[in-house]
Amino acid sequence: MSVRENTSTRLEVDLANGGVAGATPAAPPVRRRRRTPLSAKVEIAVLVGPAMIVFLGFVIFPVVMAAYYGFFSWQGYGPATDFVGFRNYITILQDPTFQEALSHNAFIVVASLVLQGPVAILLALLLNRKLRGQSLIRVLIFVPYVISEVVVGTGWSLMLQSNGAVNGMLEKLGLGAFTQDWLSNPDIAIWTLMVIITWKYVGFAVILFLAGLQGIPEELPEAAAIDGASFWQIQRHITLPLLAPTMRIWAFLSIIGALQLFDLVYIIWGQYISSTAGTSTMATYLVANGRDSGNYGYGNAVAVVLFLISLVVALIYQRFVLRRDTEGAITDKGTSK
Amino acid sequence: MTLTTTPAVELPPANPPAPIKTSRRWGTPVAYVVAVLVVAAMLAPVLFIIIGGFRTNAQITTDPSGWPSVWNIGNYLDVLAGGTFWRLVGNSLIAGLATTLGVVLLGLMASYVLARYSFRGRGILYAMFAAGLMFPMTVAITPLYLVVKNLGLMNSLGGVILPQIAFALPTTIIILVPFLKAIPDEIQEAAFIDGCSRLGFFWRMIVPLAMPGVITVGILAFIASWNSYLLPLFILNNEAVFTLPLGVASFASQYSVDTAKVLAFTSLSMIPALVFFALFERRIVGGLTGAVKG
Repeated sequence: MSVRENTSTRLEVDLANGGVAGATPAAPPVRRRRRTPLSAKVEIAVLVGPAMIVFLGFVIFPVVMAAYYGFFSWQGYGPATDFVGFRNYITILQDPTFQEALSHNAFIVVASLVLQGPVAILLALLLNRKLRGQSLIRVLIFVPYVISEVVVGTGWSLMLQSNGAVNGMLEKLGLGAFTQDWLSNPDIAIWTLMVIITWKYVGFAVILFLAGLQGIPEELPEAAAIDGASFWQIQRHITLPLLAPTMRIWAFLSIIGALQLFDLVYIIWGQYISSTAGTSTMATYLVANGRDSGNYGYGNAVAVVLFLISLVVALIYQRFVLRRDTEGAITDKGTSK
Repeated sequence: MTLTTTPAVELPPANPPAPIKTSRRWGTPVAYVVAVLVVAAMLAPVLFIIIGGFRTNAQITTDPSGWPSVWNIGNYLDVLAGGTFWRLVGNSLIAGLATTLGVVLLGLMASYVLARYSFRGRGILYAMFAAGLMFPMTVAITPLYLVVKNLGLMNSLGGVILPQIAFALPTTIIILVPFLKAIPDEIQEAAFIDGCSRLGFFWRMIVPLAMPGVITVGILAFIASWNSYLLPLFILNNEAVFTLPLGVASFASQYSVDTAKVLAFTSLSMIPALVFFALFERRIVGGLTGAVKG
């Protein structure tokens, strides 16, 4: 038990200082040049080999093949022969349905950050204080995250039907005027989706932030409290800055997740309705126009576009936001053992 | 557990929290109110599903948001008595356990090399696995489907398990490598002096010491597999091999008129994940923490 706690505390301290503090002084660079002995090579091959094979075969190879098939018009059987160059890509980028899906994704990215971020930070700050039943609350907040998207989607879509429980509840409360066609009204559907997404994923953000908060040494807020800082002053000037690395990582995960969103939309809105309801995403476009309509070449081109967009966003984010966190963390440890 | 191995030299001694103003003036009641509200919002939809399963369709149609007038367990009994539900649970269990086992085994071996061997190309190897985070399954799904098809694994759980292992490797390695790096050199040196080989060191020291991290990545892999939808949707077209999420989706469309039964089915299918989570909550949270820091 205590081994684990100590290890994790050390890692935390490590990161709080930009990943530099914990690193032992690097071994002299001369050591690196030494040749790896044969026995070690065999061990490395035996240990890494299986993971490499599975990873190359089921991750890298399919990704490369997606890029290849994206240049063909191909129905999924036999070899791809009908080379069409960039035509698939041009079609995608000119397709208004795709552009809509892309704009929905962009909206979901921003709305996820704006809705979940502040809520999660406030909840984490509140829950980080000494509360009775704190661990129970943490478990309960995390429940929606653990339930599968399919269950969540099925449950919510039943609740949100025009004759479902949400509207029924509103009528009972005398708010009958607010009843809506939550799922099919294109003005509202995407907000409905945002509510469901927030409900499902905010627990994840809270848990991450709580973990980050628990890594902040208690001495800092205590010292500030002795010096007369108020609770909110402490949060504003000590806790939040120290929590920034965690927030940046969370935002990264959230952005990537929002760009790849598929399950919830596909389950709730089905294969084709999502675009008329205004909730289609790039991933549902991919499945609807690729596999479901038998155009595998085209589907792969969509996958490539989706990937490139995610990649560009990720690189920009890493370049400008995450740089401070990863600097050192990777470079400093290059020469251990 | 060998507790002599505390690697935290720079760790300040765990000082007892000084009782300065631990109960602050007004924060606590507010915190309770907020906590209760949030928990209620989180649980309401779940409770709707569970309680809805105890109602009848007639009740649901006339009063969609009401309480069951008579608690009627027929829906649940029907689901539990039918073979479908148990077959789905069985398939999901097989897929989840096999994925977990594979991820832990392959991930631990690879992480060990990445954390504790020094050789040319190590950085590239690590970067390659880490880059896997950039390739979510959505992107590769069509070619993945073709690879699985060419391997003859369509409509078999193996066709789901292998890709799931592959796609869980990046997270696993990213969580485990810092864990293994944190094991102090002294242990390794002592073991080598006592005549332990590198592989012996792996089995006797690394595996036990990395257990907390291993359990975490195992649980994450299991839950991901238990909930995964896109991959089984492509690979499994035969009801006999459906996993739980596919089964729920198909049940919901097949019995769309029988809302109460769908609700019962749905709530039963979330129980295993909830129980599992309740048992391992600490580990899951710990693992996410590790992931953030790695």
